[in-house]
Amino acid sequence: MEYVIILISAILVNNIVLAQFLGICPFLGVSTKTETAVGMGASVLFVMTLATIVTFLVQQYVLVPLNLAFLQTISFILIIAALVQMLEIILKKVSPSLYQALGIYLPLITTNCAVLGVAILVIKKNFNLAESVVFTVATALGFALALIIFSGIREQIALADVPKGMKGIPIALVTAGILALAFMGFAGLV
Amino acid sequence: MAKRESSFKNMAMALFVITAVAGLALAFVYSVTKEPIAISQKAKINNAIKMVVPEFETISDTVVMPVEGKDSIRIHRLLKGTEKSGVAVETYTDKGFSGRFSLMVGFAPDGSISNIEVLEHKETPGLGTKMALPAFKDQFKGLKISDLPGEKLKVKKDGGSVDAITAATISSRAFCDAVNRAYETNKKGGNQ
Amino acid sequence: MNQWNNFTKGFLRENPILVLLLGTCPTLAVTSSAINGLGMGLATTFVLFMSNIFISVVKDFVPDKVRIPAFVVVIASFVTIVDLLMQAYTPALSNQLGIFIPLIVVNCIVLGRAEAFAAKNNVFSSFIDGLGMGLGFTMALVTIGGIREMLGAGSIFGYKFISETADGILVFILAPGAFITLGFLIAILKKINKSS
Repeated sequence: MEYVIILISAILVNNIVLAQFLGICPFLGVSTKTETAVGMGASVLFVMTLATIVTFLVQQYVLVPLNLAFLQTISFILIIAALVQMLEIILKKVSPSLYQALGIYLPLITTNCAVLGVAILVIKKNFNLAESVVFTVATALGFALALIIFSGIREQIALADVPKGMKGIPIALVTAGILALAFMGFAGLV
Repeated sequence: MAKRESSFKNMAMALFVITAVAGLALAFVYSVTKEPIAISQKAKINNAIKMVVPEFETISDTVVMPVEGKDSIRIHRLLKGTEKSGVAVETYTDKGFSGRFSLMVGFAPDGSISNIEVLEHKETPGLGTKMALPAFKDQFKGLKISDLPGEKLKVKKDGGSVDAITAATISSRAFCDAVNRAYETNKKGGNQ
Repeated sequence: MNQWNNFTKGFLRENPILVLLLGTCPTLAVTSSAINGLGMGLATTFVLFMSNIFISVVKDFVPDKVRIPAFVVVIASFVTIVDLLMQAYTPALSNQLGIFIPLIVVNCIVLGRAEAFAAKNNVFSSFIDGLGMGLGFTMALVTIGGIREMLGAGSIFGYKFISETADGILVFILAPGAFITLGFLIAILKKINKSS
């Protein structure tokens, strides 16, 4: 039951993008087409889950016992950078078309604050490994959900008659704001 | 201004040197800031206790009571000089509108609530955040939970006597939940 | 290099958040009040010019293939230093900014300037670039924070100018307000830059 609460909370109530403001750069950058959004969502899910597991273990079995907790930021970001490198190599071999489609956004997952953010958050929330994984997967699903909804809306906006000064990013941000407003309605669900 | 070629030796050297220097610098800054960080964290707790039990001077001891799984509640038994000066309990609730928030509840030696301070919360500004204001909090001053039916604080909507914040019933209920938890844990911990 | 232009470009022409669109996450998250925006801006500025300086110093010793990890280590070190210093000497602000201080390490502005500028320019120019970009970022954060605080809480830098018990337009200090304010500000700056 605990896990269901973590799931609903992470995907809807405290959506990582629309409520916690993590992962905005890819949210704005990759959401112009729905297919790229799905690909990005899947990549983030993979990297995030792997990263959280590894950083969690490093925190618990290396940093804390050796009193090196202050090296958390450095070690976490290096782990994430290494994992993204690995993903790039794997994707190139396994699915070159997806690798091309994601283009520059793949290495940018390293600087996706959502990945580092979630890694730090599960430590702060004192989850155990199982809860951390559930939380991470749920968060990544929430990210993908927000991304896919948003790209659908943006594809429509591209066809609408937007005032010249607001075209592009400005109207996208206002739209994201309204989407965030809608998601606020989920509060109190858990 | 030629760059070093990317031979394995050069790459490993560069990374090693940079990481080593970084590690040393950080260890140094860490050792310098360790004391001040510990002091400011202790000061935060002491300040919160001061707000709920103003007459306290020292903490005689702190009991950590495990509650519901991994959580725990800290009970600080307070002294003024050598006299018992009450108890300050760091409590929490998970039923807040935006999840968990924590309170410091002060109990006077006679068991009544001396004051309550909100420690950390993420409640909605303008609604749940009003629970930190005297307009809401003051109604708890002097209340003896032992005198209440069922020894529990409840909002008026639920048949109790607590005036909830308009349009913020969930936060108000959660607030009562936290204070009740403080009271029960303190009772179990063998209070004064 | 015209150092004056180098310094001022970060304010309007190439404002890191309003024009280059870097660093959106912390911008949206910490601008619920002007003072939080100021604190975050200054912390980021410190990391920016310090890492720009160091990266410019080591740029010739770091082989190309490992430059990103090397830069990341430098940046992460300064972020940790700022984090520790803030926890020790400004604990209240550190608490308010929370997880976004360690997240400065993935603030695209820092790595972005390291790659685009510090890796190719001398130490002094890199310092000025970092300083200018950082202060431009701070200026944007304080502006957004100020607008959101004034509209959402009826106060500025904590000083409430509406009645004690009144509330502002609350949505502005919540998530939607952040997105909407940023969107309009970007549009406004586009207009300013076009006409200048």
